[in-house]
Amino acid sequence: MEARSATLGLLPGLSRQFPVAKTIEMFRKTCINHYFELEAARVYDTGIMKIPIYLSEGSEQVPAAISTISSHFLIFAQHRCHSYYLSFGGDMRKLIDELLHRETGCARGMGGSASIHDPSIGMYGHSGLMGDQVPLAVGAALGSAKPVLAVMGDASAEEDYVFGALAYAATKKLPVLVVCEDNDLSILTHVATRRSWGIDEVARSLNLPSIDIADDPWLIAHYVGSFLGKLPALINIRTCRHRWHAGTGKDGEPEWNRLELMKEELRNLGLESEAGEIETQARQTVHRIWQEQLQKPFKQ
Amino acid sequence: MARTVAETIQAITRRHLLENRGLLFGQCVSAVGWIGGTVPEMTEEQGIVELSMADVAGAGIAVGAALVGRRPIYVIRYQGFMWYNAAPLLNYAAKSKEIWGVPCPLLVRSLAMEGGIGPVASASHHGMVTRMPGMSVIAPMTPGEWTQAWEWFMSHDDPLYVSEHRRSFSIDYEMESVLNPRADITLLAIGASRLNALEAMKLLAAERITCDLIHLLWLKPFEVTEVILESLKKTGLGLVIDSDFEIAGTSRSIAYELMHAASVPVYALGLEDRTAGFAPHLDNPTPPPAKIVRQVKTLITSELKKVP
Repeated sequence: MEARSATLGLLPGLSRQFPVAKTIEMFRKTCINHYFELEAARVYDTGIMKIPIYLSEGSEQVPAAISTISSHFLIFAQHRCHSYYLSFGGDMRKLIDELLHRETGCARGMGGSASIHDPSIGMYGHSGLMGDQVPLAVGAALGSAKPVLAVMGDASAEEDYVFGALAYAATKKLPVLVVCEDNDLSILTHVATRRSWGIDEVARSLNLPSIDIADDPWLIAHYVGSFLGKLPALINIRTCRHRWHAGTGKDGEPEWNRLELMKEELRNLGLESEAGEIETQARQTVHRIWQEQLQKPFKQ
Repeated sequence: MARTVAETIQAITRRHLLENRGLLFGQCVSAVGWIGGTVPEMTEEQGIVELSMADVAGAGIAVGAALVGRRPIYVIRYQGFMWYNAAPLLNYAAKSKEIWGVPCPLLVRSLAMEGGIGPVASASHHGMVTRMPGMSVIAPMTPGEWTQAWEWFMSHDDPLYVSEHRRSFSIDYEMESVLNPRADITLLAIGASRLNALEAMKLLAAERITCDLIHLLWLKPFEVTEVILESLKKTGLGLVIDSDFEIAGTSRSIAYELMHAASVPVYALGLEDRTAGFAPHLDNPTPPPAKIVRQVKTLITSELKKVP
């Protein structure tokens, strides 16, 4: 396995080859995801949410990048998937309501933060068994012949049935893109303590197109685009979890801050002022929607 | 000539694959005997999906196909393999509608068999399914009962666990409940134990002990019918017989429910609390007729002693 770094697999000049409109879209989605999670954390800390919360701060750009390339996936994610829900067009108000235990939530309060879904965007809920979304995704691809996105973490990648599902997808050449958000942590246990292999290596051994890369959104978008015609495929993406596994706490600074790196790249591209406006607008929009939803009565 | 259970399943499956875009998932489906002749000899293009030997992943793949509306039939060759397969079936398919309002219509054909086949392959295991919310459970033994299971499945959008027994595959007749005006005990039998109960009744009749026999088809939801209540109140004594384990199993659960509903003692007789071995004398089969006879005689004697 390669060592973790913010530059793993980076392809020089990639952002300049990327259409500006797509870059803007990707950044807008990233900002929406980011400020949604900041608001969620702020509200969570008031104590009104009585559920565990799984925040995606640090990896908000991953679904932003994937959805910018293709929004036509059926989606099977797991916990820490607020940003997938939002990036693929899920209703933010319904997500807020879900976190506030409401009947009007996207899973009527049954899903909490971990098991959200939205049939209107083809997103299925997660049961709570880590990694079980991968065989489900493979079955959905077999049954529907539509492209399916399966998202897991580096811990789920170790579940034995994930291998069985990847192997079956490879055998039957099913249109599944498996994304492993590899934050190097199973709660607090590092990957190196748990295994000596990479899930990208496992995928390659099954003859799946596969790559192990940093969480740079242009890089992610590049590989999503190039793998789309070669599914099944797997992308292992090294991300940084800014907060605890569950909850809003932090254990110091993350190894790198992709949002700040993204803004730096936008400056290099001459898009600093557009980026500033997008970020301000995203922050204000998300705050306003949270405030409006908070005004409504909620169940303790 | 009447159709057997196996022929019935095969015909229904063929029609489902040809007319409904249905799918059938399983391991070694097309290998030896097409699952006891219950699977039509059709191709993968026609909907027979051979899975790899990865049981947990395989069940998940079937569940995924159910989520996108293919109404798959998922065959588990031995009910003991449910200890692998249960995770996606009971934790996702059974819960999907309740948690997300997303139906997951999947028919699980889980096959029991017995007779010197060791600790995993023998026995029924529907008890592990009945204790989890969201999955209906039926144990058909006749062509008409299997058809009833299928019709229920196709008219609902829920998953259904069909606890089959290989002893049923050759059955080409229906089984009616047996009710006698002067019965001494009510037997309520599940799955393959129904066949053993019928044999036991003949042996008991020779000893002038008369039984009512009520065949239990739906295990979940379980309905306490008037027929059951009337029989229990008439005999004052019940025995639920099952081909699954007795302790914490379906037989005891149903006995408990019936005891409260009828206010008469209802006992349970299922598999013993021990692991089956391969040697014949170490097997742990569905309670055989002789054992049912012994149990009935013991119960009748002990209950008579309680009468003031």
